[in-house]
Amino acid sequence: MANLMENSDLIRQHRIEALMTEYAHCIDDDRLEEWPDFFIEDSVYRVITRENHELGLPMGLIYCDGKGMLKDRISALRTANIYEPHTYRHMVGAVNIIGDDGEGLRVHSNFTVIRTMHDGDMSVFACGRYLDRITDRDGTFKFSERLVILDSRRVDTLMVIPI
Amino acid sequence: MTAPNAPREKEFAWPGPDNSRVPFWVYSDPDIHAREQRLLFQGPTWNFLCLEAEIPNPGDYKTTNVGDAPIIVTCDADGAVNAMVNRCAHKGALICYKPRGNAGELTCIYHNWVYDLGGNLTSVAYQRGVRGKGGMEDDFDAADHGLQRLRVEIYRGMIFGSFSDATPPFLDYIGPEMQANIDRVMIKPLKVLGYHSQFLPHNWKLYVENTKDSYHATLLHVFHNTFGVVRLTMGGGVKIGAQGWHHLSYTERDPEMEKTATNEKTRSLQDQYSLEDAAMMEHRLELGDNITNAIQTVFPTMVIQQILNTIAVRQLVPRGVDGCELLWTVLGFEDDDAEMTELRLKVNNLVGPAGYISMEDGCVGKFVQEGAQADPDAETLIRMGGRAVESIEGSRVTEAAVRGFWKGWRECMEI
Repeated sequence: MANLMENSDLIRQHRIEALMTEYAHCIDDDRLEEWPDFFIEDSVYRVITRENHELGLPMGLIYCDGKGMLKDRISALRTANIYEPHTYRHMVGAVNIIGDDGEGLRVHSNFTVIRTMHDGDMSVFACGRYLDRITDRDGTFKFSERLVILDSRRVDTLMVIPI
Repeated sequence: MTAPNAPREKEFAWPGPDNSRVPFWVYSDPDIHAREQRLLFQGPTWNFLCLEAEIPNPGDYKTTNVGDAPIIVTCDADGAVNAMVNRCAHKGALICYKPRGNAGELTCIYHNWVYDLGGNLTSVAYQRGVRGKGGMEDDFDAADHGLQRLRVEIYRGMIFGSFSDATPPFLDYIGPEMQANIDRVMIKPLKVLGYHSQFLPHNWKLYVENTKDSYHATLLHVFHNTFGVVRLTMGGGVKIGAQGWHHLSYTERDPEMEKTATNEKTRSLQDQYSLEDAAMMEHRLELGDNITNAIQTVFPTMVIQQILNTIAVRQLVPRGVDGCELLWTVLGFEDDDAEMTELRLKVNNLVGPAGYISMEDGCVGKFVQEGAQADPDAETLIRMGGRAVESIEGSRVTEAAVRGFWKGWRECMEI
């Protein structure tokens, strides 16, 4: 019989997985204006290749420092940038709560993103890991940091929709 | 009369007397691709290989490409830089199959042929056979079977290689105007901040043309225009390098001129568009001038980029006739403080595969490839700024540098 401690762990695991699921559906359903709300105000969102990350190089493909820069990514995608229409389908899993480091829960998970172009062309666009720091804000889990590590060093054509 | 068994090469006829019209077959013909390897990439050209900062210690190596040819660049025991074709003299296998590393010698894993860091063959496994049987012929001389070497020149920390003895020395190859911009940007020892790789679904030359086409920058890219990084009404110009082959397009911020300039109404000028957080558009003047954007090409496939505080070198590698890979090495200076590095990381949001500006260059080449390959005998029209290949001050409304690329391409390709 599970004791109280184990129950709270299960609930936490469930809440984290629910956050990951909602995040994936938000992007895949093209509700991108809601995407910055998964983050706290002074959050960091960074997409970096595994190659740079493992070489200890700081530079990634996308670097948003604060919620304003997250919103800018979406407003640019909607009104400024030119690209061929396409959608993502995220598969997220292997959610692993590493522990609480005082600033939040450190959580690692895996993702695959399949990209479908407007003409029907489909491909595995990206796969890799999310390295997250998640904090509880008034009963809601939010990202204070989301590091997206792309397994491949190469991006096909362009990345405009966040991962 | 040609001998009956001689390889036949297609005849390619250029459509006009100058470089203001380009036939679409240049982007899709496999014979052109093969000829480019032989006459252009392995011809009288200097090709960017990597940075000295990437192979600082004896034994460090990095693999790269010159056109289709796989290349190894090494730093040998004496600290000298060597470049060789990454292909064992025995069976032709790749010797270094990792992107980078450190090794005392280069060993082909297939049959254990060993080369020193300068590409000299030093040992062949079982050269004398086993118990006197088998082995290589007695007159086999390892000295005849080293790796194919490239000429190497290093300028401001950048390593270039050439297959051809006919290539002039690097500084003569690029000329004084191009040298001046490299001296302007690469003012201090460099350090690598990271790499990008962007696969582009079109022939490599479309990317080079796009880079040399200063006319498109403000028309395609909202960010350039709206945030005043590059506007055709801003100061600047296009400089054409030695032989017309290379170019520099630069934009200078001049507050007085901006007050009086009238901006032509185009799709890319969006007065209503603004950023919530414009920290990345901050420009800390570090190079002693007000130049916001300087894009330079070194023929055939290298780009040196300064946009605000982001500095990078880009190397283009053909991947078949209808694809290419753009390899970015994004740079800072060794003595950057934490604040400067942070600024460079933020402004990097403009470039690379997810860059607010660069992503659009990734998309537009595909549109041309799709338009062009359906009718190889139709032609482009490159007459903005006339038909000549010449520098222009105070304006970037010209395709002179694109014509200069075709001049170089035709001279190498004998077309």
